[in-house]
Amino acid sequence: MLYSVDLTILWAFVIAFAVFAYIVMDGFDLGIGILFPILRPGPDRDTAMNSIAPVWDGNETWLVMGGGGLFAVFPLAYAVILPALYAPILAMLLGLVFRGVAFEFRWRDPGHRAVWDMAFTVGSVVAALAQGITLGALLQGIAVEGRAYAGGWWDWLTPFSLLVGVSLAIAYALLGATWLVMRTEGLLQLQARRLAQQLTVGTVAAVALVSAATPFLQVRYFERWMAMPNVLVTAQVPLLVALAGYALWRTLRNGGERAPFLIALGLFGLSFLGLGISIYPDVVPGRITIWQAAAPEASQIFLLVGAAALIPTILAYTAYSYWVFRGKVDTHGYH
Amino acid sequence: MLAHLDPLILARAQFGFTVAFHIVFPSFSIGLASYLAVLEGLWLATGRPVYMDLFRYWLKIFAIAFAMGVVSGLVMSYQFGTNWSVFSDKTGPVLGPMMAYEVLSAFFLEAGFLGVMLFGMTKVGPRLHFAATLMVALGTFFSAFWILSVNSWMQTPAGYGTNPQGQFVPLDWWAVVFNPSFPFRLVHMVLAAYLTTSLVVGAVGAWHLLRDRANPAARTMFSMAMWMAALVAPAQILAGDAHGLNTLEHQPAKVMAMEGHYQSHPDGAPLVLFGLPDQEAGTIRYAVKIPKLSSLVLKHALDAPLAGLDSLPRKDWPPVPVVFWSFRVMVGLGLLMLLLGGLSLLARYQGRLYAWAPLHRFALAMGPAGFVAVLAGWITTEVGRQPYTVYGLLRTADSASPLAGPAVAASLTAFVVVYFSVFAMGTFYILRLMAKPPQVGEPGLQPGVPIRTAGITPAPAVDPDRHLQPAE
Repeated sequence: MLYSVDLTILWAFVIAFAVFAYIVMDGFDLGIGILFPILRPGPDRDTAMNSIAPVWDGNETWLVMGGGGLFAVFPLAYAVILPALYAPILAMLLGLVFRGVAFEFRWRDPGHRAVWDMAFTVGSVVAALAQGITLGALLQGIAVEGRAYAGGWWDWLTPFSLLVGVSLAIAYALLGATWLVMRTEGLLQLQARRLAQQLTVGTVAAVALVSAATPFLQVRYFERWMAMPNVLVTAQVPLLVALAGYALWRTLRNGGERAPFLIALGLFGLSFLGLGISIYPDVVPGRITIWQAAAPEASQIFLLVGAAALIPTILAYTAYSYWVFRGKVDTHGYH
Repeated sequence: MLAHLDPLILARAQFGFTVAFHIVFPSFSIGLASYLAVLEGLWLATGRPVYMDLFRYWLKIFAIAFAMGVVSGLVMSYQFGTNWSVFSDKTGPVLGPMMAYEVLSAFFLEAGFLGVMLFGMTKVGPRLHFAATLMVALGTFFSAFWILSVNSWMQTPAGYGTNPQGQFVPLDWWAVVFNPSFPFRLVHMVLAAYLTTSLVVGAVGAWHLLRDRANPAARTMFSMAMWMAALVAPAQILAGDAHGLNTLEHQPAKVMAMEGHYQSHPDGAPLVLFGLPDQEAGTIRYAVKIPKLSSLVLKHALDAPLAGLDSLPRKDWPPVPVVFWSFRVMVGLGLLMLLLGGLSLLARYQGRLYAWAPLHRFALAMGPAGFVAVLAGWITTEVGRQPYTVYGLLRTADSASPLAGPAVAASLTAFVVVYFSVFAMGTFYILRLMAKPPQVGEPGLQPGVPIRTAGITPAPAVDPDRHLQPAE
């Protein structure tokens, strides 16, 4: 029994890792989609596109891993969460489809480049908002009866979920801007740096607002964060967020090239950690724990055999390709 | 008005619509991946440049087809949960890990080998490049393996138990994966992919032969495709027959619907060629039939008794008209493919394979036939399985998510709009590539143009000269 409990926790961390990998990796290329209309048409846009061309598809595959993993290992959670968040999830998928093909068709069909650029931005914005709304709706709690979702199809739409949606879009834009600071030069880099400064303020404000609202959504969040002695540990998280925000601001002003992106990643890590503090060990907050949702041991082990071999391989390969593409980029691709 | 829409029907329409789009591209890319491996293997073995020209020509088309398969697959991995949540909860422990393996193998393939195949010729050399091409072909096969195993388990569940929460749980993974209908379905589907691809390749070859009979690459691809059609079409008919007998054993109601057998026939059932199925009345109107032939085909005896749908309660009937017609479309197209293969052998024997324009026109017309047959076959097997999602155990009506009609109606509309615009453009780009004749010294993929299919490969960046180069 103890063994199966361990396996469930292990799988919860594997899936959380896949989700986090998705958020930060697709986050910066969605962010570039969000910033796209602000960039000057022509060389700047081509350069921005080139900077993510080799990596964005691999980034997106983590989303399939997260969804597929949830279905395999926590089928009850998969079956409750997806219908509850029907509209935002399908909007996200359609946004990603549109954005994905726009990415390619823009090069194949230069005559309609303006149209595909627009599709790229709209798809990115829709996907980012929908992902944030999904997270917000999950945090505020969804109605469950028996083994099924029991709410209506507009339940996800609240001021809080919209706040999280907009916050995530801002944060993705920050990731995208710091990525451009790291990967480009000249005027484009200057523009990205200015944008990143504004977006740092926006992101820290958004994190603060969401964090301030969260403990009041459910009593358990409040106790998790504010009660003694928990507060001694949990209080470190907002403190670190404030420090990271300040460090980000400073390095952007002082001409940091890689540091802004890395610190922005750190901000995402802290927010994700905060999210974990709020909901663990639930997979549907306040309703279903990871153990209630877990598939039987036979299913967990069967998949673990393959995942243990393939996930490290994929990670190593991903790391290698990011290493290869580490330099600056221009309209002709990586130097 | 929207409130009157039946969410179950809409959810089925949405799943059917999205999976129909999804199935077309992989069934092409599975066959094309193998064709590319054969071309490169022949090029390595013979050194004839025409094979490398053809390899490059079809590689560009493969890249787009594969990309669209990936994009439409992303949607599929979430739709089980959004629209079929009860099904997902109950079957997740059994089907979830198999689908995850499908994702992992596709991911692995994309990460490891596609990029090398698309861009890496000068980087890794021809032999390693050939190995990458083989791995890509193998990877597409593994994807098909897992997803067809999932589908087959839903048709002929095995190796499972149930737990107190009402979920199916795996007891014997070997029995789950290799469930009774899986080997038959796998062979039938993989052959269908090969046949579909050979018809497309043949049609493109025929198109260019009609314009320029001397184009060497067009001649080679047409000849290869016609060999494939001549060999695989009869094999596919045999495989389909074996699959049908397997279905008769495990899902007799589906065969009854395919055959149009509403009534039982205790002493030899007729083969209904055509007619108008009337589900209400439970009969085939204006039926054209051959006495006792169905018993001969299915039971190998003229007088063998065959039960009809009247032996089952009406609530267990599949919708006969759909299955009856889709089955006839599939079989009819299969026979036309057999005819095409046979005519090509005749033309080859007479020495006018590259000169007989009517054959080329026929091959051109048959270009899309494989896709239509694949879709018709899938409609036959999926609609024929109704009213169940897990055959005999879980009804479709009990599988769906608790969603409001308008929500599903809105998403279905969005899917229709997005898919038609997106995939129409993709198909247009593929057709535009096909319209260009293959050339001597065919150029490879353009290095500056990002390709979704290339995945996270570092190959284009580390390679200073990113064009594919012939060896030697």
